[in-house]
Amino acid sequence: MSIPRNWRTRQQRYSLKAEVCNTCGNTIFPPRDVCPHCAEQKQSWTNLSGRGEVYSYTTMYNAPSGFEEYTPYTMALVKLSEGPMLTAQLTDVDGNGVAIGMPVEMVTRKLTQDGDEGQILYGYKFRPLLRQAV
Amino acid sequence: MLKPDRDVGIVGYGAYVPRYRLPASEVTRIWNDGAGGAPVKEKAVAGLDEDTVTMSIEAARNALDRARIDPQEIRAVWVGSESHPYAVKPTSTIVAEAIGATPNVQAADLEFACKAGSEAIVAGIGIVGSGMGRYVLAIGMDTAQGRPGDALEYTAASGGAAFLVGPAEESVAVYEATLSHVTDTPDFWRRAYVHYPSHGHRFTGEPAYFEHITRAARQLMAELGAQPADYTYAVFHQPNTKFPQRVGQMLGFTSDQIEAGLLAPVIGNTYAGSSLIGLTAILDEAQPGDRIFMVSFGSGAGSDAFSLRVTDRLIERRARAPLTRDYIARRVEIDYATYARYRHKLQMK
Repeated sequence: MSIPRNWRTRQQRYSLKAEVCNTCGNTIFPPRDVCPHCAEQKQSWTNLSGRGEVYSYTTMYNAPSGFEEYTPYTMALVKLSEGPMLTAQLTDVDGNGVAIGMPVEMVTRKLTQDGDEGQILYGYKFRPLLRQAV
Repeated sequence: MLKPDRDVGIVGYGAYVPRYRLPASEVTRIWNDGAGGAPVKEKAVAGLDEDTVTMSIEAARNALDRARIDPQEIRAVWVGSESHPYAVKPTSTIVAEAIGATPNVQAADLEFACKAGSEAIVAGIGIVGSGMGRYVLAIGMDTAQGRPGDALEYTAASGGAAFLVGPAEESVAVYEATLSHVTDTPDFWRRAYVHYPSHGHRFTGEPAYFEHITRAARQLMAELGAQPADYTYAVFHQPNTKFPQRVGQMLGFTSDQIEAGLLAPVIGNTYAGSSLIGLTAILDEAQPGDRIFMVSFGSGAGSDAFSLRVTDRLIERRARAPLTRDYIARRVEIDYATYARYRHKLQMK
């Protein structure tokens, strides 16, 4: 990821900073200029709970460039409790026990790094609820 | 003895321990033919996507969940560690951004071997105690590295804790006073651009660990007019299982007083996080009115001693975030090969 894009998207990646549409009331993630639900432009910032459930998932054995170190890893469509669906890596699962409908929570983890000398990219991933994992 | 003008305490606390465990028997199996004793039962190992930044963020979120304060009121985020992911580029700005404390905040990374986290707490007591700021987030967190085959490989672990330092009237535990003992003692170090630390073997014991902890502890208790028996709990820096047990005994504390905070046997030495995460385990079970004695130690060398008194706010607040033992119970055992992969001990190119 380029340095400007990393910088521009840091709050949504670190802490799921999202928007609520002032017209239709839907939660919008990632934040954007125009509401995808009603096409109006006025939105307010909101913080998401980070809770959601696995809508679907797949395991990656051939990773795109920059993610080879982490294979095999699980990618999921996560349906957030506030409504938005997003794509994210699952972590702390080791490929075991992932199921559709599994409750998950957001954690901020290392996503990738730009070689040995470049920037380190952090962002959201999801894991099974900690207190259920015990 | 350091005591601020205004009374200061811990408004929120949070721990983090990654889920992987390397049993000491794995290190013995690889390097000593399975023979000989080990300084801990097992140690906590960070996963591939974890480092001091990510673990600090989770511990900080737990502290905020307990405190329920507006992160915009935090006036400083200080992260003590010897394993900051960048050599130049603060860990603390990433943590501050992730918890919503930017932009009107002090942010810096502290380094004092295993004492960097308690150093951040003392500095936080200063900021809050002077009235300059209402809250300070002080973190001690590490993903410590030991040279393969070295004695440190049994214990060099990942984990730590975050403390929100704030006004006494909002605190779960109030700082009665703190006192530091620091000298130039070369017991352990890592030179620039070098991956693994070096240490003075037995020199790390008497003139370093025991000397600094006992002097700081005795002087603080003398100036407070306190005795070991006045405390319900005591916690010391934990480079292994034996050292904190022995230094507790030297000072006159019983094994009952140190048991709750003694985590090294099951998570290893989390360096800058070591005595701090021990304190979180104590706060997870302490009762209002209990007094807690804590002494950190960092090589190079120095100790910060603290005397705390628990308030009745603790009971309600501790249930708001995962307990330290929740993290310890979340245990996935790994073998030495997986450990070598996770801790980047394999040369890939």
